[in-house]
Order: sequence, then C-alpha cells, then structure tokens
Amino acid sequence: MNEITQPIQRAQTAPESWFQFATRHRAGVASLAVLVFPLVMPFTALAVNILIYGLYALGFNLVFGYLGLLSFGHAALFGTGAYLCGIAIVHFGLPWFVSIAIGILGGLSMAAMIGVLAIRTRGIYFAMVTMALSQCVYYLFYQAVDWTGGENGLRGINVRVIDVLGVKLDFINPLTRYYVIAAFVIAAFFVLSRILASPFGAVIEAVRENETRAKASGYDVTLTRLITFILSGGFCGLAGALQALHLSIVPIEILHYETSGIVVMIALLGGMGTFFGPMIGAAAFLLLENLVSLWTVHWQLIVGAIFMICVLFFPAGIWGTLISRGKP
Amino acid sequence: MPGFSLELIALQLFAGLALGAIYVLFAIGLSLIFGMLTVVNFAHGAFYMVGAYAGLYILILGGNFWICLIAVPLAVGLFGLAVERVLIRPLYGRGTDYPLLLTFGLSYVMVELVRIAFGKTGYPFDTPEILQGAVNIGVGYFPLYRLFVIGATAAVLLTLWLFLEKTSFGLIIRAGARDPQIVRVLGVDVAQVWLIVFGIGTAIAGFAGLLAAPLQGVIPEMGGTILAEAFVVTVVGGMGSIGGAVLAGLLVGVVVSMTSLFAPEMGKVSIFALMAVVLIVRPQGFFGRAGLMS
Repeated sequence: MNEITQPIQRAQTAPESWFQFATRHRAGVASLAVLVFPLVMPFTALAVNILIYGLYALGFNLVFGYLGLLSFGHAALFGTGAYLCGIAIVHFGLPWFVSIAIGILGGLSMAAMIGVLAIRTRGIYFAMVTMALSQCVYYLFYQAVDWTGGENGLRGINVRVIDVLGVKLDFINPLTRYYVIAAFVIAAFFVLSRILASPFGAVIEAVRENETRAKASGYDVTLTRLITFILSGGFCGLAGALQALHLSIVPIEILHYETSGIVVMIALLGGMGTFFGPMIGAAAFLLLENLVSLWTVHWQLIVGAIFMICVLFFPAGIWGTLISRGKP
Repeated sequence: MPGFSLELIALQLFAGLALGAIYVLFAIGLSLIFGMLTVVNFAHGAFYMVGAYAGLYILILGGNFWICLIAVPLAVGLFGLAVERVLIRPLYGRGTDYPLLLTFGLSYVMVELVRIAFGKTGYPFDTPEILQGAVNIGVGYFPLYRLFVIGATAAVLLTLWLFLEKTSFGLIIRAGARDPQIVRVLGVDVAQVWLIVFGIGTAIAGFAGLLAAPLQGVIPEMGGTILAEAFVVTVVGGMGSIGGAVLAGLLVGVVVSMTSLFAPEMGKVSIFALMAVVLIVRPQGFFGRAGLMS
C-alpha cells in the first residue's frame, strides 16, 4: 500500500501483523496454544512431557536468553524441585499443593545457593562453575540415600486424586493430568510475562545488552543477575515438582548434567530470548527424540548432530528465525 | 590420629598425586585451548574417552601399550585438527558461547558413535605386564603403574614446557595467547596456530584417557565426569594458566584422595567445596588474571 496517496491511513493504527499480536498478548496466546495442544497431539503422555520440559526451558531461558548467561547447571534447580516435592509427599505425607510449593521453594533456594557462588564469575566461567556446582548437588542427593533413595531414585509418589476446592480430579486420566499441569504452566506464563514487562524485566535485558552502561545508569548488575537466577530457579523448581507428580518417581538422572544439557538444546532449538521459543523448542526436541528413537536406539547421535547444525547455521532457533522473517 | 598411620597417609598422598596427574593432563589441554582460542571445549571429555577407546582398539588389533602411548595421542590429535578446521573455525567471532555449545553437541555425537562401535557396556583395560605389581617408595608399597602415570605426566609437562618456552613456535603461541591481534599484524597466520593448539590440546586429552584406562577401565561415559571435575581444576588454578592447571590438578587429586580416606562418601563433594572456597576468597583462581572472571 502506498502511504503517500493515502495519508489518512497513517493516523489510524497500522493493522497488526500476527507476530505483533502474538507478542503483545504473549501469555494469552501461549496459554491458548497449551489448551488446544493435546487435541492435536496423538499421545497425551508426550504432550505432558513437552509441557514440563517447556516450563523448565522457560525458566532456563530467563537466564540464558534474557540475562545472557549460559548456565550448565539448571538440572540442579529442576532436580531439587522434583526431589523436595517428592520428599514432601513420600516422607511427610503432605498434600499435593503444599508439596508443589515446597518444590518451588527448593528451586528458589538452590538457585540462591548456586547463584551466590556462580554469579561471582562471568561469561563462559559461569557455564563451567554452574556445571561443577550442579555435579556437586548430584553427589549430595546421591549420597542421601535415606531421603532420596540414592541410585534407585525416590519411589512412591502416588498422587491419584487431585482435590481442587472440593472437586476431585482423577490424576490417573492422562487428559485430566495434562490440564492440571497446564494450569500451573499457564500461571507461569502470566508471571513470567509480568516479570519481563516490569521495569525489572527491562533492567535484565539492559544488563545483557550492555553491562557497563547498565552499571553507569545506576543499576546493580550483580544483584540483578542473582535475582534473575533465583527467579529462574522458581520456574525450574515448579517444573521439577510437576515432573515428580507426573512420573511418580524421581530418578537420580534428573540431576545428571545431561538434564542441564537438554534444556540448553531446547532453548537454542526454539529460540533463545524469545517468549515462545522454549515451548516450541521442547515440542520440537521431544517429538524429534520420539521419532528418531522409533527407528534407532542411538537417538543421541541424531539429536547431537541436529544441535550442531543449529549452532552452526540457525543460532536464532525456530521461533527466532520466524521472527526475523516476520519483521518488515 | 587413631587408625590412620603416617605411612597410610603418605601412600594416600601419592595415590592422590597419580589421580591428580590425570586431572593435570586433562586440564592443561583445556586451559591451552581456552587461553589461545577462548573456546571452552565441552567435548574435551569425549576426546579423553576416545583416547581410551583408541588404546583399547590398538590392543585388540594386537599392538602393545607402548605403541598406544605414541599412536593414541597422534590419532586423537589428528581428529582434533579435523574438528577445529571443519566445525569450530566457522564460529570464531560469534561470541564464546557458540563454540562451547557446538562442542557440547559434538560430545553427544562422539559418545554415541563409540557406543555404536564398541557397545554400551564398559571394558576392563589391562595394565601392561611390566608395570604390574608394586614398588617400595620408602613409606610403603605403591602400585608401579600409578608411579608410571606420575612419571609420564611429568614427561609430557616437561616436553610442553620446552616446546612453549624454547621454540619459536612456542613463542608465537605465548604471544598469541596474550594478544592475537598484534600477532596477526606481525604477519603470523593465527588461524594456523589455533588449529595446531587445538590439535595439541586434544592429543593430550587422548593421552590422559589412555593413562586413565588401566586405572578405571573404559566406558563411553567416562569423559563426562572428569569434565566437571576439570572445570573445578581450571577455576581453582585460574583459567588459561598452565602453571595453575598443574598446581590445582595435583591439589584436587590429593584432596579427593585424602577425603576418600577420612570420609569416603564425601570424596567427590570435597573438590566442589574446594572450588566454592576459592570462588569466595579468590574468584580469579590461583594464577588467573584479576578481572578476567568478574
């Protein structure tokens, strides 16, 4: 459309592209997508996995994409959330919602402990220190056999019925289970969207873009990093707690550094620093993993190779590439 | 201390030095590559594992351990050259996260390829006959092979030191680590130097894997654990510092060994506690440049 011949058009708001619409109402759009997702997915169990890993990646992306720090230790946050939620149910017999809250608290406090140490370093050192510290958390949980079951994992997290304000929901039914977990994920969408839209969210991105300038503008860079890392721990702790309820067991592998690696792959595949990237990445990664493992047990070979191709040729990821195409 | 004789503690100290020698070799390659290329090689553990399997393969083909000592570093180093040339070089100038992520993906591929070739289960790796048994080192009998590991590490360190300090190519490497821009202006093909440094670093990793094989056997996952522990070594010693890697590697080995003696269940955790202390007291590590890390 020629703007010079139609000056009236300028006064009116330009029609939004669907990208702009999706970005403005990101939490709503993401929630809607999550709600219809099981209707197009053939396997609800896989859809639940995508939801949980998407949430895990959402929390990771807050640090990696928005804050610009590459963490290789997020398995510790995810795993602590899962273990504390599981321990609350198995050893203390607490109700499910209290256990989830304990899982979130676990993620937050573990993030605070790792964060205080790791935030003293920067750049690639951050990746190394977080990985080493999460390995330490792995050994600690591995040794605490009485509480965590050690090598066998924490067993016996049997939540069959979810009681919501007197309404009893059958947690065994896959679709009900999906929507119960989706409710938490949707809440996380709105909380994250609110954080990013707040002045603090702007500071997070300012620190990523130019640390010196952010510091000169009077912002405490170290504190911003620490708080963002702790917030990320809250999201990851929630994802871990949901994972514990979903699997009814917490395997020790949840703390293994490969769990940290998977979330890096998911975030990069989907598009780091984008709101929808983590969910899209989780869907792409887990679908790929499932498809490849149908015809070969060596799915890590294919996944690793695809990841390398992404790093080399599509560093913006799926959603990031779409955004750059969608922009005028 | 009741129950622990001085001889036992001294022997455990030597066992720690042997363990530390492996850490030193592993971390020195990591540090060399980082100091030069600013690439954190997340596939370093995979190169270490490939070194152990290459040794195993040579033994299956009928070779002996002494052939392995020469052939394994050469083979792993050549593989490292190819990796740098084909995969890492396109990523220079795109930030330090990308080579790290790429090598992380590469480690998945390498581990899975080894699983396809050798199967998922591990293999024992026989100590060469001449190095079996124990010798009296004054405080008690100590396994001969562990003594050999310490000696071989010292030999590699000496060679590397002579190469870096006494040859003109070593001078270029040291200059390139300090300021690649100036070195390039002086007419040196820096890309070529980086290629060779990556080759040397991975060759040492392969050598470390071979030396470790008789101590712990070979499994495809053996590189993952040592990678995290080597990060501790580089953080404690100071990233990019070779002297720091040597000192911190030996220290970490001794700390693991001593903790395993007094509190076996805390052996693995102790080194991370060591790292936490160093991060709080001296974030740049023993020999790191101040300000590089924070």
